Amino acid sequence: MDWEYVQYYFRWLWRQVWEFFFVANTPGHKIILALAVIALFVGVMALLLWLVDRPRNAKPWLVATVFAGPALALIAFGLVYPAIRTTYSSFYDRNGQNFIALDNYIRALTQSEFQLVLRNTALWVFLVPILSTVIGLVYAVLIDRSRFEKFAKALIFLPMAISMVGASIIWKFMYDYRQAGANQTGFINQVLVWIGLEPQQFIIQQPWNNFFLIAVMVWIQTGFAMTILSASIRAIPDDIVEAARLDGLSGFGLFRYITVPSIRPALVVVLTTIAMATLKVFDIVRTMTGGNFGTSVVANEFYTQSFRYNDKGMGAALAVILFILVIPLVVYNVRQMRKVEEIR
Amino acid sequence: MSTSTPAVAAAPPVKKKGEVDRRAGKLRKRLSNPWASFAAILIAVFWTIPTLGLLVTSFRPERDITRTGWWTIFSNPRFTLDNYDQALFGGQTSLATYFVNTLVVTIPSVVIPISIALLAAYAFAWIDFKGRNVLFVAVFALQIVPIQVTLIPLLSTYNQWQWSGSFWPVWLSHTMFALPLAIFLLHNFMKEVPPSLVEAARVDGAGHVKIFFRVLLPLLVPAIASFGIFQFLWVWNDLLVSLTFAGGRPNVAPLTVRIAEMVGTRGTDWFLLSAGAFISMVIPVIVFLALQRYFVRGMMAGSVKG
Repeated sequence: MDWEYVQYYFRWLWRQVWEFFFVANTPGHKIILALAVIALFVGVMALLLWLVDRPRNAKPWLVATVFAGPALALIAFGLVYPAIRTTYSSFYDRNGQNFIALDNYIRALTQSEFQLVLRNTALWVFLVPILSTVIGLVYAVLIDRSRFEKFAKALIFLPMAISMVGASIIWKFMYDYRQAGANQTGFINQVLVWIGLEPQQFIIQQPWNNFFLIAVMVWIQTGFAMTILSASIRAIPDDIVEAARLDGLSGFGLFRYITVPSIRPALVVVLTTIAMATLKVFDIVRTMTGGNFGTSVVANEFYTQSFRYNDKGMGAALAVILFILVIPLVVYNVRQMRKVEEIR
Repeated sequence: MSTSTPAVAAAPPVKKKGEVDRRAGKLRKRLSNPWASFAAILIAVFWTIPTLGLLVTSFRPERDITRTGWWTIFSNPRFTLDNYDQALFGGQTSLATYFVNTLVVTIPSVVIPISIALLAAYAFAWIDFKGRNVLFVAVFALQIVPIQVTLIPLLSTYNQWQWSGSFWPVWLSHTMFALPLAIFLLHNFMKEVPPSLVEAARVDGAGHVKIFFRVLLPLLVPAIASFGIFQFLWVWNDLLVSLTFAGGRPNVAPLTVRIAEMVGTRGTDWFLLSAGAFISMVIPVIVFLALQRYFVRGMMAGSVKG
């Protein structure tokens, strides 16, 4: 047999395999590829497990490696190593060539454009959790045990199921602006016209546009707050409520002195959880304004600096700042979460 | 499922029937307050109108959309499916392609991390090995890493491997980002299985592999469903990961990326945007309505992720 021919054949075969896995152009090919990848994955894992299972009392470390090894390797590669590298490059300039110590961080804290970003982020992290939690709590109390409870909950919760991109489009359309005198197509401007006011360019007018972007996140997160708080309101023992009623509490008094104190830990968990989600908000700002008109926040600015301005050092510094801001929230959240569970 | 996961907050306590009736009576008293009902309805309306408006718009003819608001349909009811046809198959947008991309991105990105996490969770819960606790705490702590921190180093690694332009960077990234939370949650569920069950299987001579498949997996179906739905929605709705690893590539980019791009380039073409938005929402909304109970649990459990 001709050796060159075999070589040629194998090169051809390799090319076919590579193209199957890396160049999928048609819908059929893509779907088959997805299924093939899953099958391949299942096959490899099954083989490994089968090998470990064969010698009956296989060494524990070998079994543990097959079970936990893939996950740990992926986490090390996908989270630990990149996080270290990003921290490292945050001390370097835009091309990652010259060490500039804390310059990126100093710029992020002192330059006015970045101060605006930090101010906006603070505004988001302050307003979104409070507004969503308050509205969610009020709504949960109002519909608690009503006939339409399930339906009423689904209405508020639905925004959580859709993408933030979708939610942004929904709201961008609400804010749509036409010149005064023309037919309005955005609902909010139409309402303004109906009550005799001038239509407004909600997305462009600084600094108020930030509040209109924040409203979108509140719209999304309220469902989350409502669901968790509703569950903990239900968990308040009946006899406590009954006793309070006998003592003459009702309506707002009941809410203020019984409901709120009873669900305090859940309230804190909801507040901190929404704060964390808000800190990382990217999709809404990106879709609605692209960070223009003075609306950028840290998570969006990270993307802009890294990919639009190619300032890798600054992007890395912003990512690290985001990381540092999340940590206290997480610590507090986990502590409160424990408390919630202890009560149960 | 009782303690030790945030997921439990969702499970409402079971009530006896008589009690429910008594409560219903109490409630009628409370809701008889007209202001309370009014406030509840006001919030509900406020939360529904934006979606409803865009949904109605997506069925209106293009000309009507640009000239009048959607609330005028009552006086001028004209509907069409043209927008959906244009958005899905029209040459300018061809969202059908991106819909397939989203599907192809999502399915492996849900199945693979759950499988890997299940195995790891089993190891942390039921296999005795050195350094187990330290490793588990490390995995738990890694939940908080914002994915922004990882994107650029990962992107340059993928480029070195010449993976760009394929689905692999997106699949691998979603898999890795899902693992800490998945392992943590599934571990908690595994720990709740009574040790006597596992012990009995061991006495019968079953190895770890057998115990995993025969004893634990069947008990974990609800937990897997909860996390599966959460991960499904997370991947389906994700913008950041796919924008970074598949942005601008029609062969790989999912719906969210394409639609976000359309907002920038065709921001006033509401007939395309409205239909496009609902094309991207229809599957998550169906999943939500069909599996609400699991969905809520998964949402709560996964609230730290990102």
